[in-house]
This record gives sequence, C-alpha cells and structure tokens, in this order.
Amino acid sequence: MENHSLVQRLIARPEFGPFVLLVVEIAVFWSFNHDFLSPQNISNTLAFTVELGLIALAMTLLMTSGEFDLSVGSLFGFSPVLMWTLFNSGLTSLEVGFVAALLVAAFIGLVNGWFVTQLKIPSFLVTLGMLLVVRGTALFVTDGFPQRTWSAEGSWLAEVLVGDFFIGPFRIYMSLFWFIAAAIALGYVLTQSRTGNWIQAAGGNPSAARARGVNVSGVKIGLFVLSSVMASLAGVISSLRTSAANPNSGTGYELEVIAMVVIGGTALTGGRGTIIGTVLGILILRVMRNGIVLIGVPGLAYNIFIGAIILGMMALHSWLERRHQAGT
Amino acid sequence: MAEPLIRMTNIRKSYGRVQALEDANFHVNEREIVGLLGDNGAGKSTLIKVLSGAVPLTSGDIFIRGKKVSLRSTSDAIAHGIETIYQDSALVTQLSIARNLFLGREPIKPPRFLNRMDQDAMNTVARDLLKQVGITKNIPPTTPIGSLSGGERQAVAIARAMHFDSDLIILDEPTNNLGVAETQGVLSFVRNARDSGHSCIFIAHNIHHVFQVVDRIVVMRRGKVVADDIDPKKTSVADVERIITGMSDKEIRDAITDGKPSH
Repeated sequence: MENHSLVQRLIARPEFGPFVLLVVEIAVFWSFNHDFLSPQNISNTLAFTVELGLIALAMTLLMTSGEFDLSVGSLFGFSPVLMWTLFNSGLTSLEVGFVAALLVAAFIGLVNGWFVTQLKIPSFLVTLGMLLVVRGTALFVTDGFPQRTWSAEGSWLAEVLVGDFFIGPFRIYMSLFWFIAAAIALGYVLTQSRTGNWIQAAGGNPSAARARGVNVSGVKIGLFVLSSVMASLAGVISSLRTSAANPNSGTGYELEVIAMVVIGGTALTGGRGTIIGTVLGILILRVMRNGIVLIGVPGLAYNIFIGAIILGMMALHSWLERRHQAGT
Repeated sequence: MAEPLIRMTNIRKSYGRVQALEDANFHVNEREIVGLLGDNGAGKSTLIKVLSGAVPLTSGDIFIRGKKVSLRSTSDAIAHGIETIYQDSALVTQLSIARNLFLGREPIKPPRFLNRMDQDAMNTVARDLLKQVGITKNIPPTTPIGSLSGGERQAVAIARAMHFDSDLIILDEPTNNLGVAETQGVLSFVRNARDSGHSCIFIAHNIHHVFQVVDRIVVMRRGKVVADDIDPKKTSVADVERIITGMSDKEIRDAITDGKPSH
C-alpha cells in the first residue's frame, strides 16, 4: 500500500513524463548506435548543452512568474560581439569587456521588465521588439561579420568559464560546473526560498500576490534581468569555447529554450515551474539533436522530432493536470 | 460609547458623472459581524472597495478606533488590519495551503541570508489554524489550493486573516456557489472568527445566510446607507427585503423599532 502510493506520487510529479522520455530516448539511440554513449560523444553533447541550459534555467523562473523572454537568443549573439569589440578596439581588457557585456545585458533585462510591468505590454511583444533591437545592433556594429577572436588561452576568465580537463576519458568544461551550480541555486530559490514562493504566486495569481504585499513587478523585473544576464553569460562561454563571435549566433535559441522549459513541465501560463524538469527538458532536446544525427536521420529533419515531442509532452502534461484536478 | 473599530463618515465616490456613494456613513464595532445588504448598484461593493483600499474615495473620512487613516492601496488596508476576502481572487491555486497562508510573510529559517522558508513551522501553524477555523477533515497543509472545495478555500482565506490579526475581515459573497453543508461551514468559520476577537463585514445576495450569522444589518440604497441598526433577531426577512427595495424612511423606522412586519 505504502509502495503503491509512492509510485503514484512519483507518477503524479510533473518531472515523471520527461524522465521516462529521456530514458527511452537514450535507450533507443544507444540500441541503434553504441557510439552514442561513448565518452567522446557524451563530452561533445554536454559542452553545448550546458550553454543553452544556462538560459533555460533562468527562463524557468521567468516563465513560472508568468512571463517569457524572446530576446535571449539575440543576447547570446550580441554579448560576445560586444565583449570582443571592446577588447579588440583596445578600450578595455577582456575581463572588463566581459563585465561590460553582462551589465549591458542586465540593463536590457531591466528595460524588458519595465515595459512589461509598468507599461503593461505583454512580454511576447516587448521581448520580440527587444530581440530585433539587440540582433540589429549586433549586426550593425559588426557590419554582419564575425569578430576577430583572439585565442583566449591563458586568460583567467577563459579558464574559469570554459577551461577543460579530463576525468577519465571524459573531456569536461568548467561551464558544466557553472551549469550545475546554477541549477542547484535556482532550484533552491524556486522551491525553498521565500522569493520562490513569490515567483510562483506572481505567475499563479498576481492580484492575490499583490494584495499580500508581494512586489510582483519587482520579482518580474528581477527575473527579466536574470534571464538576460544568463543569456549573455551563455553567449560569452560559447564564444570563448569555440573562439568565435558571430553576430548571428543564437538565432532561434529563444524557441528552443522555451521548448526545453515547457517539455520539462513548467506551465507556459505561469504559477508552476520545475528546475529538475527543465534539466530533463534540456537533455531531451539536446540528446534528440545529437542522436538523430548519429543514427543517420538527416539533421534537417530535427525540427519534426522536436515538434512532435513538444506536442506529445503537452498532451501528457495536460492529461496529468486534469487527473490531478479531478483528485484521482 | 466606545469608538467603533471602523467609522466611515460622509463617504463620496464618483466615477465620472456616476455618483456611486453619496455621503455614506458606516461603522463596525469591535467583535461584531455586520451584514451589508443592498440591491445591485446600491453601492455596497464600492463602499467595500474604498474600505479595502482598492479604490480611492472622492471625499469623506475613515477612522480606525477613532484615528483617521488614509487607505491608498490594498496593502495599506492590510497593514491597518483590514482584510478583504473575495470569492476566488484571494488565493494562489497552484500553491499549497501553508504557502498561501504565509504568502508575503513567510517565516525565514536562520541564517537569514539564505532566505529559506521555514516550511515545517508553516505547516504546523497551518494545521492548527485549519482546526481553529473549524475544518474537521484532515487536510494536509501541503495540499494545493486548487484541489480544495470552495468552502475550504474560504476557510483558508479566513484562517489567514485570523492568523495575521486582521481586526476586520470583509467577506464578499463568501457563500456564492456553495452547497448547503459548505455554506453552513463557512458561516461557522465566520462565527469562530468573531468569537476569537475579529470583526467581520458579511456581504451576500442570499439574505437568509446573512440572517443566520450577523449581529447587525446595514442596508444601502442608491449610494447611501438607509438603515444601519437592524437587529436580525427582531426584524423579519420580509421587512429587510422591503427596505432593500425601497420603503419610506418612516416605514423603515417603524419596521426596525416595532420588530413587526409593516404593511
């Protein structure tokens, strides 16, 4: 009886569906091609996964508060361009350029948040506009060309962010630890902290939250800033790892990140969010992208699978939700 | 006579040309349940919105225990001990009972910089409060509000107001859409709140529910308080209905003082 209810509770968790999907996905790809679980493939997949993952973690909190941010992909491209432009022009050191890029990102998040909370414009429109402004700026200042990136080896900043080392046969980047740290920290904030309660209330019932004295606008603005800064950090990490700063990089990432978050079980309408689910959602999409290439499906067919997964997971979440509401 | 808990004098509120409140005078005593009645558009919800800080008044004064206050926002009103419970809007359905009870005032475990909620303490208090308000069923405090019935949600909202020492709990249509047993439950929650020292304003379309629970009835018509001292034990439902729909002042006086139906 006890076991039965434990299983039932596990199944009722929003993370259960994504977890099963990930396990099935890994098993299927591995059965087709045993190289799928080779140390080299795992290392390669993880390197980029955590970069997108950083954005998805912040987006989870923002979406729990009932908003989302379409400008993250453009910041992913713009921030490294800004950092390298400052550095290449001799204006600043790389480290100062990095801090400047983060500060500009924070300001952009602040503007997003201000438009959404003070002018009451839906975040879809505000961040769509910001996407165009930021991407346009990146293209304009670079004339559309990639920035010259000096090999960042030896810079302590590059070492701290993306230094790599081997654990056995696995090549691990420092960014993996930043991702794990961010997942733990944001998971803690969402489930354990008072701020997490406010984030969920802001998304679930903003007027009730406001009536209890919760600063709903402040919470949302803070999360827009977090989302922009994380996108900026992810862009810089990616740029340092690949030694590239392309003003076009990150195009379309916003939708992939939002897909990761909703597949993980966070409600698009706000009020409910899960960091564990998002981590699963990140892995599901990245494993899918990697796996279909490995088993020989044309990469161009990737979106068909992603779309199908999103639809399937949404159907599952909605079914679980209705079951939950019915009290069964 | 002692100062009432709440006194509102000459309250006017206009929306453009529409005069929603015209020199309304209203008071609530300590440990008293006041039933506020009136037809649609009589001004009772505007009066409540003014008192709960949701809309600013055009002119007039509000006193709490004789001290003049200005209520510019709902959090202002809550800070002054006035809590308004609307049917659906007061709770976050995704959050648990305990998290709703403490929303905005969550206890923090030391060290404070970790900003960590003391969930054990919240659950313990929530369990006690549910009992105190009169919920006999064993509902774990970690249950999300979304899976509670309408009456249970009212109980949570009332429990929250009681716990945070609201002097005045305003209940706007708390028995709407509730079954007979649930309605009786909510009425007993309101009585429990009064018995533990809180005052309540009870607004309901169903006049019979009002009669069962209140100490005094106030009737509004066309933005004014037309009767504010109706004793539900001495007045008939039919008389109060007539006052709501429009009796002359003399008829109202007679109805209240005689305690007999007037024809």
